[in-house]
Amino acid sequence: MNLEDIIKETKTYYCLECGKCTAVCPVSRYNSNFSPRLMLERALMGYRDELIHDRELFSCLACYACSKLCPSDVDYPVFTQKVRNLASGEGEHGDCAHSGTLHSLMKLMSRSDIRQRRLDWLDGCRTSEKSEVLYFVGCAPYFQPVFEDIEVSPVNIARNSIKILNALGIEPMVLPNERCCGHDLLWTGDVETFKKLAQLNAQMIKESGARKIVFSCPEGYRTFKIDYPQYVELDCELMHITELLAQNLATLSLRAKLSNPEVKRVTYQDPCRLGRHLGIYEPPREIIKAIPGIELTEMEHSGDESICCGTSAWTNCNSYSKDIRVERLLEAKATGAEVLVTSCPKCQIHFKCAMVDKSAQKGSDIEMKVMDIATLVTDALGGKSSE
Amino acid sequence: MSFEPKIVGFLCNWCSYRGADLAGTARMKCAPNVRIIRVMCSGRVEPAFIFKAFQLGADGVLVLGCHPGDCHYAEGNYKTIRRMALLEKMLSQLGIEADRVRLDWVSASEGDRFVSIVDDMTEKVRALGSFTKDSDEEKHG
Repeated sequence: MNLEDIIKETKTYYCLECGKCTAVCPVSRYNSNFSPRLMLERALMGYRDELIHDRELFSCLACYACSKLCPSDVDYPVFTQKVRNLASGEGEHGDCAHSGTLHSLMKLMSRSDIRQRRLDWLDGCRTSEKSEVLYFVGCAPYFQPVFEDIEVSPVNIARNSIKILNALGIEPMVLPNERCCGHDLLWTGDVETFKKLAQLNAQMIKESGARKIVFSCPEGYRTFKIDYPQYVELDCELMHITELLAQNLATLSLRAKLSNPEVKRVTYQDPCRLGRHLGIYEPPREIIKAIPGIELTEMEHSGDESICCGTSAWTNCNSYSKDIRVERLLEAKATGAEVLVTSCPKCQIHFKCAMVDKSAQKGSDIEMKVMDIATLVTDALGGKSSE
Repeated sequence: MSFEPKIVGFLCNWCSYRGADLAGTARMKCAPNVRIIRVMCSGRVEPAFIFKAFQLGADGVLVLGCHPGDCHYAEGNYKTIRRMALLEKMLSQLGIEADRVRLDWVSASEGDRFVSIVDDMTEKVRALGSFTKDSDEEKHG
């Protein structure tokens, strides 16, 4: 696909140059070299090389704050995704965080002959060999060793999500050789490897006979829901764990099972993939409100105005990303909440990282507990959460 | 044709690379399967390098540094030891056998030790077979 096709497909030519995108962009606020409007203008004026070799091309978070405001409905994140694919063909790939370890892992998983041993954390969770419901774990087992030292435990999110399913009377299947959903590779321009991962996942899911897939990671959910249909066929109902829980709050006696936890005041960070990408704002809030004794306070920017956690796809994580996180953490602190609840493991990782990194300058100003909603609910269900 | 494993070797500049050099100048016989990349310190070897090697078609990765206590940068190799623990977890999750990655120590005077480590590792990886079982996998020389 060349630049002209991308412009046509994403209707970039409707751009009015109003600049609302740049005004609302969390990256542009700190990084004056990055401007969505400028990127679009370059594309429209035919400055192809300037566009694809700009290192800021990989700074976009795909948080959709811009497109929500765009009067012409230009889909800037998808435009970026496609231009990145073009750029990756010419050797551009952004600055990979963690020296590209995580990207290499994803690429290794795209091999069909990999035999993973990724489920040794399942203790205390009931799963079954055959079930209508499949729980898509995501990359948690691989994030675990990398982020343990900043006190984030992604496998606990997975563990607690399965415990919630168990509490709902579901013993889900988990795939022993599940692959990365490919989100990060798709958004860094590696469509080829993304396709391989999608095909491998789709094939395994088909063979498993699952009818419904539950996610605890918003990125996986988005990727399956919006991106996979363009490449693979998958005839399954897809659900985020918060949607499933919110549905069952009314029908099941879950509400009665929830007990008063130790936390009193929480605030909620909308992950971009769950919020602006998929429009899921209410289910997590309904769940939090359903837990007796917990008060939900909203940050200055919440819902579709919420601010991204500052990095996407493990790319171009820099001081600007940290600034975005600090700003968001200050907002969270200003609500007076004790806990920042989120429903995305990456949000949690990014906020914790900022706290560790900026502790010398900001210290207790941004120090606060960050918790996944699955952990909050499992705590409320009887204090048997994995922490 | 029998399977010849491709092993990427990260050797530290100050001890292990000199050890390998000594083995060469002394004309010791050594398996030709290790492709050596010289790094300034074994502490320079990030987990990312090792995954990248496998991603690009290596069958094994050998990391050699100065003996603990001998590091030219005082404690670079201790950092490598700590990193390896993290790495082992991820490797086993990915289904990469433990014998495919080896961290060991070779000093500048230990040409014979270098040879024995390389020969031993080559045999172990040969026994495990190719890491790339896919026929459609891109081949990287």
